[in-house]
Amino acid sequence: MAHKSDLIASDIDAYLLSHQHKSLLRFITCGSVDDGKSTLIGRLLYESKMIFDDHLAALDADSKKLGTRGKELDFALLVDGLAAEREQGITIDVAYRFFSTERRKFIVADTPGHEQYTRNMVTGASTADLAVILIDARKGILTQTRRHSFLVSLLGIRHIVLAINKMDLIDYDQQRFDIIVREYREFAKRIDLVDITAIPICAVYGDNVIESGANMPWYQGPTLMDHLETVEIEDASATLPFRMPVQWVNRPNPDFRGFAGRIEGGTIRPGDPVRILPSGRTSRVARIVTADGELNDAVAGQSITLTLDDEVDASRGDVLAGMDSLPEVADQFDAMLVGLDGAVLPGRSYAMKIGTKIVNATVNPLKYKVNINTLEHLAAERLELNDIGACELELDRPIVFEPYHKSRELGGFILIDPISNATVAAGTLNFALRRSQNIHWQALDVNKAARAARNAQRPCTLWLTGYSGAGKSTIANLVEKKLFTMGRRTYLLDGDNVRHGINKDLGFTAQDRVENIRRVAEVAKLMVDAGLIVMVSFISPFQAERNAARALFGAGEFFEIFIDTPFAEAEKRDVKGLYKKAREGELKNFTGIDSPYEPPESPEIRIDTTVLNPEQAADTIIEYLVSHQVLKG
Amino acid sequence: MTKLTHLQRLEAESIHIFREVVAECEKPVMLYSVGKDSSVMLHLAKKAFYPAAPPFPLLHVDTTWKFRAMYEFRDRMAKAIGMDLIVYVNREGLNRGINPFTHGSQIHTDAMKTQALKQALDKYKFTTAFGGARRDEEKSRAKERIFSFRSAQHRWDPKNQRPELWSLYNTATHTGESIRVFPISNWTELDVWQYIHLENIPIVPLYFAAKRPVVQRGGALLMVDDERFPLAPGERPEIRSVRFRTLGCYPLTGAVESEATTVPEIIRETLLTTTSERQGRAIDHDGAASMERKKQEGYF
Repeated sequence: MAHKSDLIASDIDAYLLSHQHKSLLRFITCGSVDDGKSTLIGRLLYESKMIFDDHLAALDADSKKLGTRGKELDFALLVDGLAAEREQGITIDVAYRFFSTERRKFIVADTPGHEQYTRNMVTGASTADLAVILIDARKGILTQTRRHSFLVSLLGIRHIVLAINKMDLIDYDQQRFDIIVREYREFAKRIDLVDITAIPICAVYGDNVIESGANMPWYQGPTLMDHLETVEIEDASATLPFRMPVQWVNRPNPDFRGFAGRIEGGTIRPGDPVRILPSGRTSRVARIVTADGELNDAVAGQSITLTLDDEVDASRGDVLAGMDSLPEVADQFDAMLVGLDGAVLPGRSYAMKIGTKIVNATVNPLKYKVNINTLEHLAAERLELNDIGACELELDRPIVFEPYHKSRELGGFILIDPISNATVAAGTLNFALRRSQNIHWQALDVNKAARAARNAQRPCTLWLTGYSGAGKSTIANLVEKKLFTMGRRTYLLDGDNVRHGINKDLGFTAQDRVENIRRVAEVAKLMVDAGLIVMVSFISPFQAERNAARALFGAGEFFEIFIDTPFAEAEKRDVKGLYKKAREGELKNFTGIDSPYEPPESPEIRIDTTVLNPEQAADTIIEYLVSHQVLKG
Repeated sequence: MTKLTHLQRLEAESIHIFREVVAECEKPVMLYSVGKDSSVMLHLAKKAFYPAAPPFPLLHVDTTWKFRAMYEFRDRMAKAIGMDLIVYVNREGLNRGINPFTHGSQIHTDAMKTQALKQALDKYKFTTAFGGARRDEEKSRAKERIFSFRSAQHRWDPKNQRPELWSLYNTATHTGESIRVFPISNWTELDVWQYIHLENIPIVPLYFAAKRPVVQRGGALLMVDDERFPLAPGERPEIRSVRFRTLGCYPLTGAVESEATTVPEIIRETLLTTTSERQGRAIDHDGAASMERKKQEGYF
């Protein structure tokens, strides 16, 4: 593994440290047969001293026996590893090669040029960040150039190097180079390829591969290696919100349940709320477990195991997503397909694997297939091997996805024939079809569930009723404090902040009391809709009004809490001196004195303040909420 | 934000592969050859399933001609990590007395490795076998998929490999067919050594230079590891400071002269050497395209 670096001999530890922090660039070489792809890779490996003496000796012998370059080394034989390839002098399957320089580590996939091996080409392209598209300067742009460029664009490779090879055979003619580049750019624009770096090279002799050489002084740009070493590759997954498909549920013992997976987008930390899709349940990350200890954060690209705060159900194929931006869930899609094996027949059911999920998918009649040369859309009954077409897919279950241009891992899929087990097609999801939006996760609209999800809680109203001075506000205050420290979003409605504002026009007649409660209940309802946990602390003496309030809320959103302090006890306490005033006739319609109090018939919680102090009362309420799944953990 | 190094990326990819197999494949096994790549693979498997133990056994296809130090290391490791270790020997081959000295590397390897492996997979009905092959090792391996299919006869068809896009692996098989899975396909020799260094992964001491008895034969330095080594008339083992870059059957594995006794020193030698890792492996040189042919026949 000859590397060139003086550090290796002088300070191996320093070299290792620098090597450890190199970034990785995965790229492919593609183009037509005989454009010199394998020769170029051989040259890159040779020039970066990645070829061992024994391999070189074998290459020398092979070159003489099988080579196409007379007595010179035929670098193509270095990469074409299969016997059939060497016999025929062609590349059948993608070969992965590895080299590194002072600045970067590279994995290059040498992909075959022949049309019948397109499936191998897309295999190599699917994991690449950059494509080197080779063109024989004598031939210019060929069908395969267009075909590969189209596939490169389809598979989401954004960085293109247009390597115009065999410049020696056209006398290093700049004009010819310019014409080819111009023609290519025009074509590339139509398939959304814009980041194109054109380099005139001669792979056989090495011009502009590593060193510039003396033959093309008119070219002032970077050499191929310069460009590969410095091109900025953005990591799309890092900018996505948190996404982790559950790959495997780790349950070594009854006390541990971890969700293992690779993060395909964003960042996660313990305490972060997550939603499990497609079920929509929410939880919080308790721990990020790895064999190297628990992590404080984990980022896209890492394989980790998460434990959650509570016993929520999640299994392989589900996706854990950050609350700030949820992925879509759908069962009908607009997609592009590449035929990889036999024919894809509309109407037939295939197993579709996307992320860690496998569902059944039916291909609807094809919308069109693409003529790669002209980019024309052609009518087609079926998708043959190597065809590229557009279609709609219908799934038997909704899946979590991202459009492919946002995430390869959540937008790329394969179709498997359930009888032959062959991978018949690969595809990219463009978008969900409108008609499946009725089953979409509601997050498409900002509604109560979405807001609740953002707040990571189950919004509800805690309705505290009881005599004046029973301790409602004291207890409600304590409950709110406790909820607040638990990270919940809350609001407390009581006489102080309601009667002085929204209800300041109301008095204490029976009629006004009814209106008072109606308004408070409506405000509480809005707040629940906004995603809050609302405490209402009002005497609310009439059962009918409390029932009317309850009717405004959904099941499990309204909890009636009876602060049960006997009338005599409340009067004895008389914290605010109101009973005294009422007895003295200064206050009219005082509950318990000259206005009735109807104790709740069946409250969710009854707090006996003759037994519990306010602190204990608040704890009782919190415990109830936890045990009834309003609060988790 | 945390930026992952290339080793962290490789590790995450390998862990992902391990988990895919366990989630989708019926009866996996890990081929454990006791070498450094197996050590790295085992380390990655432990990470993939932590805190659980890897939910599959280890299979060592034993030719009975491994270095003694390898057997000691193997038994120690299996005990330490608490995984089941299956040791399989081709009894028929053993009874026929097949050995590398009399029969040469080709016949020995075919009977005691390739046939033995197929027998073991058939006997235990494993549907999926992890192997520690890397794409940078050899030309035909550079062409192989991470999930590589084998017919019911264990044959590899290099001209008809399944497409393998992104990290979506099609694990569907018919009865009798199986999959070989290579979790460290994308690692290089340097990556493996650096990872061993950074993670403190235990490896067989034979990788480190020590004074060992060797004889020079046909350009290779062979270690006289036990009394089965037939010395030619007048041939006498000399004690030299040597180490091994790869480990296989001791009569088929050439040593290199070295003073490297630490992992960084090994890495330095590895980086400065001008010959490939498998250069000392006799089995790679049994004719052109020999690895591809062996693989087609069912060798790893």
